[in-house]
Amino acid sequence: MTLTHIIFIVFAAITLLSALFCVTTRNMFHAALYLVISLFGVAATFAMLEASFLAAAQLIVYVGAVAILIIFAVMLTRGGAGSLPAERQFNTQAGLAAVVTVVTLFILLRVVPFFNYPVQDAAVPVDILTQLGHALVGDFVLPFEVASVLLLAALIGAIYIARERRKGEVEG
Amino acid sequence: MTIPLSWYLIVAAVLFCIGIYGVLARRNAVGILMGVELMLNAVNINLVAFWRYLNPTDVAGQAFALFVLVVAAAEAVVGLALIISVYRNRTDIDAENINLLKQ
Repeated sequence: MTLTHIIFIVFAAITLLSALFCVTTRNMFHAALYLVISLFGVAATFAMLEASFLAAAQLIVYVGAVAILIIFAVMLTRGGAGSLPAERQFNTQAGLAAVVTVVTLFILLRVVPFFNYPVQDAAVPVDILTQLGHALVGDFVLPFEVASVLLLAALIGAIYIARERRKGEVEG
Repeated sequence: MTIPLSWYLIVAAVLFCIGIYGVLARRNAVGILMGVELMLNAVNINLVAFWRYLNPTDVAGQAFALFVLVVAAAEAVVGLALIISVYRNRTDIDAENINLLKQ
């Protein structure tokens, strides 16, 4: 048990425990905050995998942008407070959902050690960031451009869907 | 690499299953979306772990994880916009009451 193991276990525990609180807490605002902690733990996992750019992107996109978006959504819908009292946050099939979850988890955990992955003990290249940058405008330039169009479409679509409609305007 | 690959895979599997529970058991539409986010992040952990352990000299694994991140962000934006629109029209985001198409 080295220090690396302990750090991994600590971050994995933070990620999984806050994810568990996120899906089980009855207060939606608390759930959003737990989600932020869990996503931060995922960013730490990326950092431990030496994917520095992804760790930074995870922090900016998820812990920064998506988290604020979700907190705004919780506040704008009053946490579902008007229509959903705290005791009605879970549907009638919550027990069945737990069963499905446990069965899926059991199958996954049985499958994971089944394969013998050809693990390479190679080091990450020092110029991995440069390579990634070149790859994004070289080999992956088509998916890169498609991703930018997708983001633009999501931006315009979100504004159109969520905008406030004036009186007399046809609901669309 | 002191940590075995399977540790990362197990963490990702558990995170994915927590996400499944969130999606299945929540009534609040924002809560369902949170579950989806957890599942997408679990998949990303898997992608990055496989990149690091199986082929760290090829950046394709990282690029793929990056595209998953972009699509997940777009999904979150449109999903939350839909939820806010539904709330405006019905003042209710209980997934069991969003059944206008059935009536």
